[in-house]
Amino acid sequence: MSISIIDYGAGNIQSIRFALERLGFSATLTSDADIIQSSSHVIFPGVGEASSAMAKLKSTGLDTLIPALTQPVLGICLGMQLMCNSSEEGNTKGLGIFDTEVVRFATKRNVPHMGWNEVDGRGVLFTKITNNSHFYMVHSYYAKPNSNTVGTCTYDIDFAAAMAKDNFFGTQFHPEKSGQMGAQLLQNFLQL
Amino acid sequence: MLTKRIIPCLDIKDGRTVKGVNFVNLRDAGDPVELAQRYADEGADELVFLDISASEEKRKTLAKLVRDVAQAIDIPFTVGGGINALEDVGVLLDNGADKVSINSAAVRRPEMISEIANRFGTQCVVVAIDAKQIANDWIVHLVGGKVPTEKKLFEWAQEAVARGAGELLFTSMDHDGTKAGFANQALRQLSDIVTVPVIASGGAGTIQHFIDTFIEGNADAALAASVFHFKEIGIQELKNKLRLQKIQTR
Repeated sequence: MSISIIDYGAGNIQSIRFALERLGFSATLTSDADIIQSSSHVIFPGVGEASSAMAKLKSTGLDTLIPALTQPVLGICLGMQLMCNSSEEGNTKGLGIFDTEVVRFATKRNVPHMGWNEVDGRGVLFTKITNNSHFYMVHSYYAKPNSNTVGTCTYDIDFAAAMAKDNFFGTQFHPEKSGQMGAQLLQNFLQL
Repeated sequence: MLTKRIIPCLDIKDGRTVKGVNFVNLRDAGDPVELAQRYADEGADELVFLDISASEEKRKTLAKLVRDVAQAIDIPFTVGGGINALEDVGVLLDNGADKVSINSAAVRRPEMISEIANRFGTQCVVVAIDAKQIANDWIVHLVGGKVPTEKKLFEWAQEAVARGAGELLFTSMDHDGTKAGFANQALRQLSDIVTVPVIASGGAGTIQHFIDTFIEGNADAALAASVFHFKEIGIQELKNKLRLQKIQTR
């Protein structure tokens, strides 16, 4: 197995690498197209602002590389959001993999939505995961529920906490920071 | 439902935990990594590390500690204590910290809050506020409550959030160390006027105090040190009692 973590300057990628190491896997942090294309699994992380992250992907050609990948790809948090059609954050287009749009929470409650919330999940990512387990989330924007949704979370409204389409997967929450259930989800992804 | 969070706090000096800890079966109670792992396994929702060392080696020691902790645990953690510059924040986050907590530096130079938020995102900026009630006002203090400032709690909290704080950690100096409960009235007022999560700190002594701070104080999270370190309250036991009160926990 060879795992690439896409490095495009979008913060906190050590955590995901450490989480994989705890599972007994090593991963390469890289922006190199050849390494990414030849790896068995690709993780697309991200913390930060959508339009500037998208600009970084464009400047490195990753915006065309990622949607063309054929091995299992897991987008996490902003990574997942960038795989959607568009984001209201900085009014940017996305990679168009998941057929939905990302919008800001319109709620009187706290934004960002921060902490542990339940996810009603299904499908391969959630194998051996108790339904309605809690996962750790930090985000101000969310993906609207859509035909690719495989995990739903509620914060005033329902949003897509996990999505899957062909070889592409995404989680709004941080599996690398979500205790045992998060570790199980990463394990599930790596078994694909 | 979004859960209320339970956050053990570890005081760190020169890479070791200080204040007593009373965990059985720990090979070395002074090892913060081992303690952090124990808390994560017991069901803590987050951890806070507060570095109180003053040595010149501080930054290097802290960065290594953060890395060791990030490698060991699978829950989020915040690092605070003496962060004065944007570069300090970058080093901590690069080594795997999820958030940084700033206190004195933010009071002295409030622009620093927005600088961190703009560079690394609001989600990683926790502004810690220590305050003491004097007459009818909550006055913000520095240096562990020793030095009073001109700032008042509620105004300062609103300013901090406007400048980009993603979370507030409010410690009542009047309650801290008393084990007589959290400053719930002030906490409720605080959570009414800001739109970011508020962490209650100072005063935890019993399980009832946690119930009260979540219900009366409307706190989003509660932080405590000694009740956890001395095993006066177990995290699972605490969470079971919270659930009985219909308080959402993980």
